[in-house]
Amino acid sequence: MSADVAMNPQRRGPEEEAYEERAFGFWLYLMTDAIIFALLFATYVVMAPNIASAPAPKSLFDLWHTAGETALLLVSSLTFGVATISMIQGKKGQVLLWLAVTFVLGAGFVAMEIMEFAGMIAAGAGPGGSGSLSAFFTLVGTHGLHVSLGLVWIIILGLQVAVKGLTMPVTSRLFRLGLFWHFLDIVWIGIFSVVYLPGIM
Amino acid sequence: MLGRLTIDALPFYSWIAMGGAGVTVLGGVVIFVLLTWFKKWGYFWSEWLTSLDHKRIGVMYIALALLMLVRGFVDALMMRSQQAFAYDSGGYLPAGHFDQVFSSHGTIMIFFMAMPFMTGLFNLIVPQQIGTRDVAFPFMNSLSLWFTSSGAGLVLVSLVIGKFSTAGWTGYPPYSGLEYSPGVGVDYWLWAVLISGIGSTLTGINFIVTILKRRAPGMTLLRMPLFTWTVLVSSVLMAFAFPALTVATGLLALDRYLDMHFFTNADGGNMMNFISLLWIWGHPEVYILILPAFGVFSEVVATFSRKALFGYKSLVFATAAIGILSFSVWLHHFFTMGAGANVNAIFGIATMIIGVPTGVKVFDWLFTMYRGRITFDPTMYWTIGFIVTFVIGGVTGVLLAIPPVDYLMHNTTFLVAHFHNMIIPGVLFGYVAGLIYWFPKAIGFQLSAKWGIRAFWCWIIGFYLAFMPLYFLGLLGMPRRMERYEIAAWQPYLIIAAIGAAVILAGVVCMAMQLLVGIKEREKTRDLSGDPFNGRTLEWLTSSPAAPYNFAVIPKVDSLDAFWKMKVDGTAYQRPSGYTDIVMPRNSSLGVIAGAFSFVLGFAMIWYIWWLAALSLLVIGIVVVVRSSMENTDYVITADEVAAIEEQRFNDLARVPRHDTGDPAASPQAAPAPGSAS
Ligand code: HEM
Ligand SMILES: [Cu+2]
Repeated sequence: MSADVAMNPQRRGPEEEAYEERAFGFWLYLMTDAIIFALLFATYVVMAPNIASAPAPKSLFDLWHTAGETALLLVSSLTFGVATISMIQGKKGQVLLWLAVTFVLGAGFVAMEIMEFAGMIAAGAGPGGSGSLSAFFTLVGTHGLHVSLGLVWIIILGLQVAVKGLTMPVTSRLFRLGLFWHFLDIVWIGIFSVVYLPGIM
Repeated sequence: MLGRLTIDALPFYSWIAMGGAGVTVLGGVVIFVLLTWFKKWGYFWSEWLTSLDHKRIGVMYIALALLMLVRGFVDALMMRSQQAFAYDSGGYLPAGHFDQVFSSHGTIMIFFMAMPFMTGLFNLIVPQQIGTRDVAFPFMNSLSLWFTSSGAGLVLVSLVIGKFSTAGWTGYPPYSGLEYSPGVGVDYWLWAVLISGIGSTLTGINFIVTILKRRAPGMTLLRMPLFTWTVLVSSVLMAFAFPALTVATGLLALDRYLDMHFFTNADGGNMMNFISLLWIWGHPEVYILILPAFGVFSEVVATFSRKALFGYKSLVFATAAIGILSFSVWLHHFFTMGAGANVNAIFGIATMIIGVPTGVKVFDWLFTMYRGRITFDPTMYWTIGFIVTFVIGGVTGVLLAIPPVDYLMHNTTFLVAHFHNMIIPGVLFGYVAGLIYWFPKAIGFQLSAKWGIRAFWCWIIGFYLAFMPLYFLGLLGMPRRMERYEIAAWQPYLIIAAIGAAVILAGVVCMAMQLLVGIKEREKTRDLSGDPFNGRTLEWLTSSPAAPYNFAVIPKVDSLDAFWKMKVDGTAYQRPSGYTDIVMPRNSSLGVIAGAFSFVLGFAMIWYIWWLAALSLLVIGIVVVVRSSMENTDYVITADEVAAIEEQRFNDLARVPRHDTGDPAASPQAAPAPGSAS
């Protein structure tokens, strides 16, 4: 879309305006989602001490596991950034490649999270164990669910790039997916610092 | 296969419940038969249900709201008659049934009457008022409508299959938890609220973008009509507050479905978290509802006083201030739950501060009327009735904001009287005024003024009769939500309250007459000018009802009350030199489909029919993916078609006299606007 604007600097066509509106609308959506996460964080902080007779979540954290998850997600954000740069340069093949890498990293993250959850449930610390555990699984799980939806979205947009090419609508969607993906990264940093770090330290 | 859905779900437990179920089913059957008989399904589907035209979506929202108003009002009548007779006897409602009635009444009135009514007015008017052709996201708009309708559908179905919640419209745990409410009632409430709440969040986003990005050239923020301003603030509140409702109900659902312990009594749950989360949404919700009504009153007062709004800027700032403050006072909803004296004091004072910008508004309206040339249109009746009644409600609200008083009064009928005193004049009156005011714009002719004024008098008298006794009852110590009682002194008040509800019933009947007589006399009151009330804002520049594209040529704005200025300058109805093609969104069935499956999803979750829930979730997902991958979602209205429509429009305009736009003081003998009541 930037190309057209450059050619016609005074007047943006209705097309550009529509994409701008969508980007703005998507920012607003992200803000509503951020509020959901903020409230889940607050709930977790309030409920973390309520461990009743179940094990405390933090007694089950494993530093290396969490570090692995973090690494996967942060790197996937980087690779998405590379995909975006390729998109701006109009290199379709590169975009597909980097989207695929992002997908693999994200899937790795989700797999590790599922492993962690399964481990905790096996250790008798499932989401129904205590208020503390409910809050933990819900906060971290909601983020995991977002990442999983993001993975589905990457597939869909990957297909669109492959079939339709880097048309205006497709690049505008990719741009929004990028916002979403980086947003999840930020939320994860929050989870890492509020949930895992105090547990591990 | 069918989860916990068995034949026992039918309402054989009480004759009254069966009657309600019968009426609900019958209503559905009648609509079905009528549509089939008159072969209107195709028309209904292609012109309405699948429409992405914001004006039609607005009309459908309001139709839904009026339907639910009647349903919610029947609940109110049932409660009032039960309590009038339930002294020392069981009354006529079986235990438990009364609890369903107050829960469904509150839920319906807030989520499925007030919210859709308000959203309907947004849709009808805002794009026309800011001089644009559509909302920013027309498809999302249709999704919002169908999510809301699907929530309403769940509440209606609960009357026929299974039971509704008995936990009140706020669903406080632990009572609403699985331990104390194992049946389907709370689940009906949960899914209805969750699904429609998502619709409301989307609406909020849609209107923020629409208003901030789509205003006609020249319409700066401080040239926006006041109604649009209130819609903007209300939309911001929606986008920020509804996520809290999603979290509160979502966590309650996790407790109920996955045995978690957010709000349970045992295992580390904490029910205060629910109450806090709920009111982080709930208090702003009151202002979400009331601000647009204030917007309506502002437009009505200015138009029917024939003056520019007094203190426009102060009204804008008061609106914004209320919006911000509304987030900071939620704790007053649980003064009595042990937050401590200092916290209570701070929140008590914060609560009272909100009264200040509200007071500013009242004075602005009064000064607008002062020395204006007032026309007593029905909308003005509702406005003046509102101002007088609302002030009383405000005073009792300030009383309740004093924590020690609240300790005495909370959960008594004093509270019930107070919030009805705010919400009936402050919200419902405003929306009714808005509906009457903009009805010609939406449909093309006016409602009957005679019946409108009758409806107003019944409502206002009925209101005082129905709710003033509740203040006294509260002082006598009567708790709310009583299904029967043993104190003889209460009964006379409750009988008066019941009579009041009957008078309101007469008001509801008058409203139906207002519509029916309006339809009968439509040829007489048809609005060819597009501007029946001599209006001031841009929506009156379009034809009534507006063409699909609203404006053939987007107007330019250079002042407040843009349309008035155009009329004064004589530029309002100039023929443009030519027309261009206009691109508009094509109808789409995907919104209806997603809405229908969200209903199925809710229903399946309520009855534990997991396969069906998974299936419907999948369908909704597919719909969203398909829609978001589509590229040709528009159609073109060619310049020739536009020219033909506009030609017709100019012919109509030539047949009606122009309004007088002279200064009221300068030409007091000028004729009143055609179609006004006096
Ligand atoms: C039209 C006349 C109305 C009448 C006669 C009426 C009557 C009542 C009655 C008798 C109750 C039960 C009070 C109790 O014992 O706790 C009640 C509760 C309630 N009403 Fe209304 N009402 C009316 C309109 C409205 C409107 C327009 C709204 C909102 C827009 C509304 C919202 C509520 C709510 C939220 C409750 C609390 C329900 C609960 O206890 O869970 N009502 N109303
Ligand atoms: Cu409040």
